[in-house]
Amino acid sequence: MSSQPEEAAPDLQVSDELIIKIKDMHKWYGSFHVLRDVNLDVYRGERIVICGPSGSGKSTLIRCINRLEEHQQGDIIVENVELTNDLKNIDAIRREVGMCFQHFNLFPHLTVLENCSLAPIWVKQVPRKEAEATAMKYLERVKIPEQADKFPGQLSGGQQQRVAIARSLCMNPKIMLFDEPTSALDPEMIKEVLDVMVELAKEGMTMLCVTHEMGFAKTVANRVIFMDGGQIIEENDPHEFFDNPQHERTKLFLSQILAH
Amino acid sequence: MSTERSHAVGEHPELPPPSTEVGIIGWVRHNLLSSTTNIVITVLTIYFLYIIVPPMLNWIFFDAVFSADSRDDCRAIAKAAGHEMGACWAFIGKRFEIFVYGFYPAEERWRINLSFILMLAALVPVLFDHVPYRKQALWFSLAAPFIIGWLLLGGMGLTPVPTDKFGGFMLTLVIGVTGIVGSLPIGIALALGRQSHMPALRMVCVAFIEFIRGVPLITLLFVASTMLNYFLPPGTTFDLLLRVLIMVTLFSAAYIAEVIRGGLQALPKGQIEAADSMGLKYWQSMRLIILPQALKISIPGIVNTFIGLYKDTTLVIIIGLFDPLGMGRASLADTKWQGLSTEIYVFVAIFFFVSCFSMARYSLYLEKKLYTGH
Repeated sequence: MSSQPEEAAPDLQVSDELIIKIKDMHKWYGSFHVLRDVNLDVYRGERIVICGPSGSGKSTLIRCINRLEEHQQGDIIVENVELTNDLKNIDAIRREVGMCFQHFNLFPHLTVLENCSLAPIWVKQVPRKEAEATAMKYLERVKIPEQADKFPGQLSGGQQQRVAIARSLCMNPKIMLFDEPTSALDPEMIKEVLDVMVELAKEGMTMLCVTHEMGFAKTVANRVIFMDGGQIIEENDPHEFFDNPQHERTKLFLSQILAH
Repeated sequence: MSTERSHAVGEHPELPPPSTEVGIIGWVRHNLLSSTTNIVITVLTIYFLYIIVPPMLNWIFFDAVFSADSRDDCRAIAKAAGHEMGACWAFIGKRFEIFVYGFYPAEERWRINLSFILMLAALVPVLFDHVPYRKQALWFSLAAPFIIGWLLLGGMGLTPVPTDKFGGFMLTLVIGVTGIVGSLPIGIALALGRQSHMPALRMVCVAFIEFIRGVPLITLLFVASTMLNYFLPPGTTFDLLLRVLIMVTLFSAAYIAEVIRGGLQALPKGQIEAADSMGLKYWQSMRLIILPQALKISIPGIVNTFIGLYKDTTLVIIIGLFDPLGMGRASLADTKWQGLSTEIYVFVAIFFFVSCFSMARYSLYLEKKLYTGH
């Protein structure tokens, strides 16, 4: 793949504390059955990479975890809170789960600093000064504090995605979801975003990442999940997954994605 | 193929552009003489301007009569000066007060002047950002409509003036500004309601918008002036002007709602998803994320609707209110000044043009101010 993070993440400890539990989950878009009987346990500190062909339901799966999509059957339990129609539960889970999108979804009418401090101020009632200080801290971590007063439209794609990561981190989430964070970026910019994600993994963040960056999967993930047709086909640790895929479908996918 | 270069790679200095690309010569070449068609159009335009502009200036300024007592007087003055009679502005001068104040009692007209100044003062902090003490000023803006209402209507120490004395430009401003100020929030609420997930709320909004849009404003004004009396319990008197204000506001709100809905739909779905994923509540997302962007996109459409509303205030003449246009038509009946309709209409046109053009320029200013490179 286009760019590998420079250094492999050290062996990170995964705790045995269950943080996300998905059990017998189904989802339909109208009459289209997108997710079929998905079961997934995620432990604190895990870095899970989800891959699969387009339309396999991988984005939908992680979007169900913070209720951007509603599941119709089965259970999703995040941090001991079950996702139901109860708005209180949804709000509680969204406070703990950060998300980065393929197209960044920064707020174009607000400056970078305002993008980052908005949710802490309005959702967590943090005083403005404090929220801005936190925002600056995370902007420094993603290495763009000097852009704080610019608007997103004035930044490059890679910078925008790093702002988006900082914006999520400002809410101090326990879990980060990444929905193809590098797919809309020029090759030159992919690395700067992946580096930030590697840093995040080193600090012990629980991460679920939909991506085609196999280099990232090899070095950072402790588990790779392959989905097709709305089902989890195969899951394994990265070495086994890439060197010794079990299913024909996985082999085909890997041969296609690694061929070029 | 030659790879000879006058300078080493990457060291070519920046050169000034040729004179044909910049400055007056560049501008003329690019904009007036860029092609044969363009040259023909340029020549024709200059010719038409030559035909139209000088006679127009003569009529408006050089041959015009600015003070006289009647039309015949105007003609005599022009003849004495040795030229054709141009515009007889003296007519407007004599009628000026009634054009501005309507039938408002002469000794109370200071109240209109004061209201006008208060209105301007209240608008400044709403329309512009960099106003000293803007926060405090906005409280004044909030109170101003009530103070102005009290000044214009009277009562509580002031001589009451019934609304059938309202007329002229003052009437246009009352209806236009009330309609604009009232219809924006109602329009926003309707647009959000139309996108609501609650079917009942959505249906009410859709029904309201489609009904109001499907009926001509004149019909609504007739309903306002006659029909409402049948529906309301006998004995309720409901001021005619108030009914007009309500109808004009609702009418414009329906259009504004559709313009804003366009703006809402232009926003990528990712914006609301990002707001949701960070835990913002519905009203927070709307107020902080969605509406600021949707309204910005909708500025041209919103101002377009406002300009339309402002000019539609002239329709009140058919239910017996005298806006400037109505006032002008009434003035034409004066035998002393017969045949001067052009002056009247030009004068009224200038008034409307100045108001509407200001709105158009303000909208451009806003668009520029809110541009963030996205």
